[in-house]
Amino acid sequence: MSLADHPSAHADAPTSPAGVDLASRLRVWTTTVDHKRVGIMYVLMAVVFLVIGGVEAVAMRIQLWSSDLEIISPDVFNQLFTMHGTTMVFFVGMPILIGIGNYVVPLMIGARDMAFPRLNALGFWVTLFGGMLTYFSLATGGAPAIGWFAYAPLTETTFARSAAVDFWALGLIVAGIGTVTAAMNFVATILAMRAPGMTLNKIPFFTWTMLWTSVQILIAVPPLTAALVMVLFDRELGAHFFDVQNGGSAMLWQHLFWFFGHPEVYILILPVFGMVSEIIPVFSRKVLFGYEFMAAATMAIAFISLGVWAHHMFAVGLSRQVDLFFIVASLLVSIPTGIKFFNWLATMFGGRIWFASPMLFCFGFLSMFLIGGLTGIMLALAPFDFQLTDSYFVVGHFHWVLIGGTLFGTFAGIHYWYPKVTGRMLSERLAHWQFWLLYIGFFVTFAPMHVAGMLGMPRRIFSYEPDRAWEIWNQLATIGALIQAPSYLIFVYNLVSSYRHGKIAGDDPWDAWTLEWTTSSPPPSYNFEKIPTVHSRRPLWDAKHPDDPDWQYE
Amino acid sequence: MSGVFASGSTLLAAVAEEPWHELSIFEPASPGSAAIVRLALLVLAVAALIFLVVEGILFYTIARFRHRGGASDVPPTEPPQVYGSNPIEIAWTVAPALIVFFLVLVSARTLWEVNAAPATSRNVIEPLTVTVVGRQWWWEYRYQSYDGRKLAFITANELHIPASDPKHARPTRLLLESADVVHSFWVPRLEGKVDLIPGRTNQLWLETDVPGLFLGQCAEFCGTQHAHMLLRVVVESREDFEKWLAAQALPAVDDPQQAAGREAFLSESCVNCHRVRGTSAMGNYAPDLTHLMSRQTLASGIIPLDETNLRRWIHNPHDIKPGCLMPAFGLSAEKEELIVQYLLSLK
Amino acid sequence: MNQQNDYYQTAGGPATTLPVPPDIAPEHTLNAHEWGMLSFLFSEVAFFSTLIVAYVTLHNDNLSGPTSEVLSLPLAVATTSLLLASSFTVHLATHALGHGRASLFSLWWTLTIALGIAFLAGTAYEWYGLVVHDGLTVSRNLFGSTFYTLVGFHALHVSGGVVAMLIILGLSLTEAIGQAESTGARMVSWYWHFVDVVWIVVFTVVYLA
Repeated sequence: MSLADHPSAHADAPTSPAGVDLASRLRVWTTTVDHKRVGIMYVLMAVVFLVIGGVEAVAMRIQLWSSDLEIISPDVFNQLFTMHGTTMVFFVGMPILIGIGNYVVPLMIGARDMAFPRLNALGFWVTLFGGMLTYFSLATGGAPAIGWFAYAPLTETTFARSAAVDFWALGLIVAGIGTVTAAMNFVATILAMRAPGMTLNKIPFFTWTMLWTSVQILIAVPPLTAALVMVLFDRELGAHFFDVQNGGSAMLWQHLFWFFGHPEVYILILPVFGMVSEIIPVFSRKVLFGYEFMAAATMAIAFISLGVWAHHMFAVGLSRQVDLFFIVASLLVSIPTGIKFFNWLATMFGGRIWFASPMLFCFGFLSMFLIGGLTGIMLALAPFDFQLTDSYFVVGHFHWVLIGGTLFGTFAGIHYWYPKVTGRMLSERLAHWQFWLLYIGFFVTFAPMHVAGMLGMPRRIFSYEPDRAWEIWNQLATIGALIQAPSYLIFVYNLVSSYRHGKIAGDDPWDAWTLEWTTSSPPPSYNFEKIPTVHSRRPLWDAKHPDDPDWQYE
Repeated sequence: MSGVFASGSTLLAAVAEEPWHELSIFEPASPGSAAIVRLALLVLAVAALIFLVVEGILFYTIARFRHRGGASDVPPTEPPQVYGSNPIEIAWTVAPALIVFFLVLVSARTLWEVNAAPATSRNVIEPLTVTVVGRQWWWEYRYQSYDGRKLAFITANELHIPASDPKHARPTRLLLESADVVHSFWVPRLEGKVDLIPGRTNQLWLETDVPGLFLGQCAEFCGTQHAHMLLRVVVESREDFEKWLAAQALPAVDDPQQAAGREAFLSESCVNCHRVRGTSAMGNYAPDLTHLMSRQTLASGIIPLDETNLRRWIHNPHDIKPGCLMPAFGLSAEKEELIVQYLLSLK
Repeated sequence: MNQQNDYYQTAGGPATTLPVPPDIAPEHTLNAHEWGMLSFLFSEVAFFSTLIVAYVTLHNDNLSGPTSEVLSLPLAVATTSLLLASSFTVHLATHALGHGRASLFSLWWTLTIALGIAFLAGTAYEWYGLVVHDGLTVSRNLFGSTFYTLVGFHALHVSGGVVAMLIILGLSLTEAIGQAESTGARMVSWYWHFVDVVWIVVFTVVYLA
């Protein structure tokens, strides 16, 4: 089947390059309220910011190559890591996951669109605007140099005189509003728009994780918004929230920020848990093992994550009792995470594991995320954390989780659904190159950071003393970054070139089991001609095996 | 760029030569940091075990159940479908729960061992109490009391503390404050880090039997020169420490030969920020210079304190530490020289 | 085109010997608008909780200037009763709408708007007194910072509610109330009740404590 078989899918945007008026195509994309187009725009936005954030990272790695380099001035370096962190969390991580969710969730649950299509489009544009506003801080003569968690009182006018911090705070407030609208939309869509028969205990697992991610967003993002409003009031109206000279509290910011900040890391990982829970079964040809336990574990993570924030604050001098509480809460997260891990392994066990690119990235996720989880356990133990926190060990740890976990999982998802989105397959050869360069480069970049941290190297330093013995670890990290860099370029190239030249995918290239694979690739704007009815968690399994359908066993 | 390649080629040589252990958390020199190492080794072992088991299962599963066909071909037949198993699920819920329980117990024990007043059978000398004030981007040490004696001098960037010996424990109690933004006091071999937070006083206990120099640096991002806010802790034997205390307690030397230099120093705006006890320089914002030359380093530990560096520093501090809060005053060459010579006399 | 559901065709085909799935029971759940509004209010709870935490933590940490003693409890009681009454009237309005009584709806709805505006006027009067007579501003001290931020954001939400209700009132006056407007009115009433509940908490924390 070719793209031309589905003229209705492209009624408002011909894919043929010939005779397309750019202006009208732009108009179509900028005015669209179709969840699929909005989703694609989210992902493209994230890819653009990923490249920007990546360039910032490479610049920092080059400066840290040796102890005597002065390529980048201290202030610029401090701006680089501030913007790198802000970009990757707010304008890459969240948009790419929300974008994939936007595209896939309505298709998976047999809906024609999100619950509020116009609000959905608004959410995207507001998020993009927030990103641009944050980068507009450059127009003040330089980005903010406060770190992505912007500890008060560094953000007060006394210490940050230019308007850069104001643009940064405004940008995050605006992007946060976009994120919250997206979360509202997911909740309403998932709870009210499911196909007949798809009860809540039959929804595809990715949908389930998007639901709980959305709940976390609703709880965690508004406190950040409120705290950023306080920063702006301090700076613009002379309020004193974080003005320690006038009774304000530096600790309040830390509590509010991490009350957002820790659920945030689960916001960045739960959807990925969902994606790999879709992909591993398909590429092992087995049903997801222990769906109910996986679902319960997701809920448990979402709830426990609200009570662990102060493990980022062990060094601020809380009491030992408080420390102990947060040790326990943080370690508890490892139980549901462990359940998930074992269920993925059990799903693979006894299967026919098939290493097409989505599964390859799932393998990357499984083998690496485990390590990030184990270093996380070390950081949760307050006494060990007194040594490790704010050192390069932490930098290594969270990149391990965010790249080894979130990014590998997201790449798995993109490689899995790209044929659905474009109607064409990504090049497997390029995908393998991308995977192995990323896998090796990632290891070489971030493993040495753990060592540097244990040898006493604090994070966020633009240079280090020659006698510190950190140079070799930094050089390895820089080499790793240079190995990683081309993998992202290969990825972008693969996205672009396969869109034109990829093998035609057909509706269901992976022989998968969820509803999105019943419609055409790409799907028509209305998704389904006839809303499907569902009897089990794998409606297509039932359809392909009418003699032995799943609903008999659920 | 040639420097880049040169240092690349000496990668391995560098490892062999450099004193890699000087800031390692695995070279503890105090009871607190040793307790952390015990916990760390334990949890590293637990993590290694989990790692081996889980990765082992992962790779075994892949090796055994991998479909050997073209990467882009769907396997032709479906394996048996297994939907789940309650006993198995319960087993792998309970196993991590037991590990968590164990880790909570051991970390709770360690938690009460670190950053604590010494619990020892030795005679405990009344602790040396020092208020540490974090400032952008240097450390101020206000010595308060020791061994029942009141101390009343202020110094900067190099903290001197007494070592314990077999008969006496000589702990140090640091009261951590900040004059501006959040900093963090981290000397890995002596203790885990504790933040210095404006509007709050934190406490950090140090105690060690090992005399010598211990290094560290600020661990919480605090602005432009966060990277150059280095910590130097000099642990001295009882005799050396007493000598040092006595010298620091004296007012600045008043060398008549340096009268002109002193005059020059006092007539410039140096005095608005710096203090030289015994003179009219009573500034409160910059390092106390009363016994400047008793220190080994300049600019918060980044360069050795000698005549050349001092002259460079006074000429333009931003050549050495760009963005630091001390301005270049554009002094005349003679005046600069007079001030340098005066400062060199502050032993 | 019709390939898209071919699996279903196969499934529903000549399947006399195949297992037959059970009937699908209809699901009873809130509709999308209701879930959407609930999630929005959920996020608003998180937002106001943060402002309240900031107020509770900081409002006594003043180094100088007026404290919560300058607030007038009688005035706050008066404005509070206005807002409580408006929650009642908005309920009567949506109730009337549910029974298709459009003119009664408009009456109660207008009264709700009037009460909302009266509440805002009360707040304006209070702020005028605080700024002019007591010299309390956002920048005066921490009480000013936290008080104006908390009460101000609440007033902003009341204003938003008033604007939304005015829009629905305008629609209801120019054309008959259809399904969309009816849902809109009901959702706005949820929002209005929420704003009311937030005020009860603010009133307790700021004026009674």
